[in-house]
Amino acid sequence: MGILEVKGVGKRFGGLQALSDVNLSVAEHSVHAIIGPNGAGKSTLLNVFVGKLIPDTGSVMFNGQSVLGRKPHEINQMGISRVFQTPEIFGDLTVMENVMISCFAKRDGAFRLHAFRTVAHEADIVEHAEQVLEDVNMLDKRNMHAASMSRGDKRRLEMAMCLSQDPQLLLLDEPTAGMARADTNNTIALLKEINQKRDITMVIIEHDMHVVFSLADRITVLAQGTPLVEDTPERIKGHPKVKEAYLGESA
Amino acid sequence: MRLLGLSRKDTRFLLIVIFLTMATPILLQPFPEGSGLATFNAGYPDLMQRFAIFGIFAIGFNILFGLTGYLSFGHAAFLGVGSYTVVWMYKLLDYNVVYGLPLAVAVSAVFAVVIGYVSLRRSGIYFSILTLAFAQMSYNLAYSVLTPLTNGETGLQVYGNDPQVLLGATEANSPHFFGWVMNDNFWEPVIGGWKFTFNNGYYFTAIIAIIAFYVSLRIFRSPFGLMLRAIKTNQTRLNYTGINTRPYTLAAFVISGMYAGLAGGLMAAMDPLAGAERMQWTASGEVVLMTILGGAGTLMGPILGAGFIKYFENIFSKINDSVLHGWFGFLPDGLEDFLIGVSHFFVGKSWHLTLGLLFMLVVVFLPGGLVEGGQRIAAMFRKKSGGKDDAAHQPKPAPHVAE
Repeated sequence: MGILEVKGVGKRFGGLQALSDVNLSVAEHSVHAIIGPNGAGKSTLLNVFVGKLIPDTGSVMFNGQSVLGRKPHEINQMGISRVFQTPEIFGDLTVMENVMISCFAKRDGAFRLHAFRTVAHEADIVEHAEQVLEDVNMLDKRNMHAASMSRGDKRRLEMAMCLSQDPQLLLLDEPTAGMARADTNNTIALLKEINQKRDITMVIIEHDMHVVFSLADRITVLAQGTPLVEDTPERIKGHPKVKEAYLGESA
Repeated sequence: MRLLGLSRKDTRFLLIVIFLTMATPILLQPFPEGSGLATFNAGYPDLMQRFAIFGIFAIGFNILFGLTGYLSFGHAAFLGVGSYTVVWMYKLLDYNVVYGLPLAVAVSAVFAVVIGYVSLRRSGIYFSILTLAFAQMSYNLAYSVLTPLTNGETGLQVYGNDPQVLLGATEANSPHFFGWVMNDNFWEPVIGGWKFTFNNGYYFTAIIAIIAFYVSLRIFRSPFGLMLRAIKTNQTRLNYTGINTRPYTLAAFVISGMYAGLAGGLMAAMDPLAGAERMQWTASGEVVLMTILGGAGTLMGPILGAGFIKYFENIFSKINDSVLHGWFGFLPDGLEDFLIGVSHFFVGKSWHLTLGLLFMLVVVFLPGGLVEGGQRIAAMFRKKSGGKDDAAHQPKPAPHVAE
């Protein structure tokens, strides 16, 4: 039984069958990549996981609990964190404040009216946030305005925000999209470390095969809304069906 | 020194605000009585009370608009609710404001929960329109439909045959706080040519305004305030970080509604009247102007903005042609008439034009409001004196953070 169990999920947008009969099982502590050509339904599937979309059929269970119909903040509180394709951070706030917000969400839950406490006096939150920033080598940037950072740093900050919540499952939507090769390699190293040191299960949606093959334990290939194959990276590499999906019938 | 759980910097900040508020009757009276510039003196009770009251209104509005970015166009509704509540307490009990003011805050909180719950289902322009619609509905209800409760266009006031069950035989026949009569002045010294007025009502509102400011300072520094600022920056990220944004925005809306109710109540505490026009959309728009003019999201901005607009409204509107003749009288006739003709567009009844131009200048050149202007001037001085802060090589500080 995996930590994330997807059974028979289908989603239709008007005349387009975006997903049909998707079955997927993500094993705990693994890195599971979902790849596929453009329009295969990868992002739709991710949006189902985080509560942004409700599928027409099927079920999505996380740790034995259904995530369907829950709001994004409820799904986060269950232990699922998400990294976006373009880093979503609090641009007007400092790096430290960004991470502290995550820490508060983890400690205090979805809503707490702490209007007469002082952020600077919350020693446990400050300490925790500093620790996380140090883990991702960003402590020197703690007072920086988040919007003024490079894209690589924004991604790293977003990752730090997710890590500070110690999630059980981390969903990554093309974490290296638009990055230079050096940044990409740094991100791969960071993700590997997160997976091994912290034992966080990851689901990655990715175009870049270099990233997928250096990280994933298991790969699902999605094409036209259906999983084509699910296997280890070694076997996926030479799989005829995968070649066909990516390069067309004649290949 | 640290006070009341504030950092050293904030304590200093609070002390400066307390000093300025307490010294207002002196600071706003810089010109001697009878001099040509005495028109610009603003140290009379009625105006000073208004500074404090609109300061409270704007501080509260800023908690919603400045922190979360939700622009309400209906906050005047709470102002009206607060005023009506206080006048009703005068009518039913007696002239002591101690019954009316807390009730005004409570009643406007109830209104704010209802209006906020519905309006906050939408954001951006739709939220603004919804709040505007609610405020106009309240205005029309107060103006005509609910006449038994609000006395319609005449406005609510105290009549001789009202019950006033707690009214004592020796009790003052105007609003007071345990005998501290709002209309009275406790000290009116004349020093040299200067005349100062120390008014009971002003000091009553001033102390409440300082408390209101302190509460907003605490909110700005709290985890709650941090979440509100995060809502303004990126609501999507906040949702995916596990925060339910709806109760946060509702709490901010209700708190700012309570501030507005308190301000409305204080208006009735200074002058025992309540009229529907207090709820009109222009009154809602005014607090928006105050907050933006002063600097939305800053602690000091709304207070500066409120002071600025009230000063213009009361001082510039008083400058009529005869005052202008007094100023330009020494000039040759042709020039005098010309100057008066030009000034005529900017003072007296046309003071709105001056305010409009000023507002445009601030929005275009100082998007952070008057506070940003002050910070720029301070930075200029710091550079000249060769201070160690080199602004160009510092990371940009987060804007809209209290300073």
